[in-house]
Amino acid sequence: MTDQAQSEGRPETDDGEMAARLSEQGSAGPSGLAVWLGIADNTFTRQKTVKFGDASAVNSGRLYSILTVIALFTLWWLATNLGWVKPIFWPSLGMVGERLGKLISDGFRNFTLWEHVWISVYRVLTGVLLGALVGIPLGFAMGLSSLARGVFDPIVEFMRPIPPLALIPLIILWFGIDETAKISLLFLASLFIMTIAARAGVSSVRISKVHAAYSLGASKLQVLRHVILPNALPEIFTGLRTAMGVCWGTVVAAELVAADRGVGSMIMIAKNFLQTDTVVIGIIIIGLIGYSIELLMRLLESWLIPWKGKA
Amino acid sequence: MDGLRIENLSMVFSLPNGGRIQALKDVSLHLAPGELMSVLGPSGCGKTTLLNIVAGFLAPTAGRVQLNGHEVKGPDAERGMVFQQGALFEWLSVERNVAFGPKMAGKPAAEIRQTVEHLLEVTGLQGFGDKPVYQLSGGMQQRVALARCLANDPDLILMDEPLGALDALTREKMQGLVLRLWKETGKTIVLITHSVEEALFLGERLVVMAPRPGRVHKTYELPFADRGLEESPRSIKASQEFIAVREEVLSMIWEMEEEIMGRAGAG
Repeated sequence: MTDQAQSEGRPETDDGEMAARLSEQGSAGPSGLAVWLGIADNTFTRQKTVKFGDASAVNSGRLYSILTVIALFTLWWLATNLGWVKPIFWPSLGMVGERLGKLISDGFRNFTLWEHVWISVYRVLTGVLLGALVGIPLGFAMGLSSLARGVFDPIVEFMRPIPPLALIPLIILWFGIDETAKISLLFLASLFIMTIAARAGVSSVRISKVHAAYSLGASKLQVLRHVILPNALPEIFTGLRTAMGVCWGTVVAAELVAADRGVGSMIMIAKNFLQTDTVVIGIIIIGLIGYSIELLMRLLESWLIPWKGKA
Repeated sequence: MDGLRIENLSMVFSLPNGGRIQALKDVSLHLAPGELMSVLGPSGCGKTTLLNIVAGFLAPTAGRVQLNGHEVKGPDAERGMVFQQGALFEWLSVERNVAFGPKMAGKPAAEIRQTVEHLLEVTGLQGFGDKPVYQLSGGMQQRVALARCLANDPDLILMDEPLGALDALTREKMQGLVLRLWKETGKTIVLITHSVEEALFLGERLVVMAPRPGRVHKTYELPFADRGLEESPRSIKASQEFIAVREEVLSMIWEMEEEIMGRAGAG
């Protein structure tokens, strides 16, 4: 987070000026490692005269993150090896490592670990994709026409605050517990997020941009394609990011309720056999994948829509 | 070629609460081809409404606007527009912004490239073609806006405070650019501005508008724009003649503002 704040908060200056400042300060600056760890000011934080106390408000603080992770693992190791907690409540590092090896080589309940992970990811991707395919055009229609806005507004506004998990009973009644049921749930979970994002993106266009395009001779369709669509992309992408996060949480919960494959079902079944180590591994995998999705989306965002927030 | 003819233009806005605001009343103006007219007035005098009607973004309640003999109905590439700020397409590079108009018109790629290259040079943007516009300073962005407008070769250019957001020094430089572009292209230009100095320096004609209802208060014919290329802008702006008109216009606008304040205080 701090990293991002730094790059976004950097004042806009002429390239030449910036380059000059960088070269002037870069030569005698602190080592790259120290800056990365957040224990030394970089060229940006050093020129900040007003901070919250000192540089600690703007530096990355990565050193402390690393120390925290080491401390947590040490605590884990101590707690299990010294017998502070019983393995049934929290397994030792060794047990988890051994179980992970077994899961990777033998799989879990007729499916490899890879298959369990992939099916969960696949469900999320399909659900979000379908949600975007329907939600984005719907959001555009709502942003552009009062008829569409009037018709769909009550539905979207009513569905939006309902947690997707509350729909699981209905979905099971309608579709059973097969793939269709899960994808439908994820479709609904992402649909309204995508609709609202696309609608917000359309409404956020500055009227002067639309006017400029018209007075440059653009037709209505060209304004839609060349002004309103690109202008809405940042909002749409934020919607995609949110939808991915929500759907990842939803798929795991849905698998806890009813599924024979997927990371969620894996930890639920493992619990029934008191395989706490498998449960812990599942939780770690869920966390890591959720985090990777977020990172990947941020990367895609900076690559696909570099103008975001620069209007 | 008849230029721009504005005849008995009136505009009344209806408010949601049932009230009505007369933004323009009986405005008539004629602008010969190649003329640059600047429009000044206190806020609320309807100058932006006037520009929006000429651009075709608004339909007047009464009166009409004609350009070169045909009536204005809606926005069109024949009338280019330069906005104060934020009207560039930040998802496009500098050259793609400039190429926008010709591209929408379906011009051949080679021709577009030639036009863009020429305009980047004319506006002092050589070497910036592939930069994203959001990386440019405010002054550079307005250069892009000017180039983008010129790329369409419009008959009339409408400028809505194009230099309003720039710092004083950049503003003076850009005034020089506007003046030079106008002289070189021979375009008909309507320039709306808050700066009396800018209006006097650039306008062959100056229209001072009065508020409530928005109307033409006084019109001046000015010699400064013609001298702007030979003499230095600083010496023109420091000349007795310039200062005399400037003070006259300033106190005129001051009086209007005072009157508005007085009325607001009394009512």
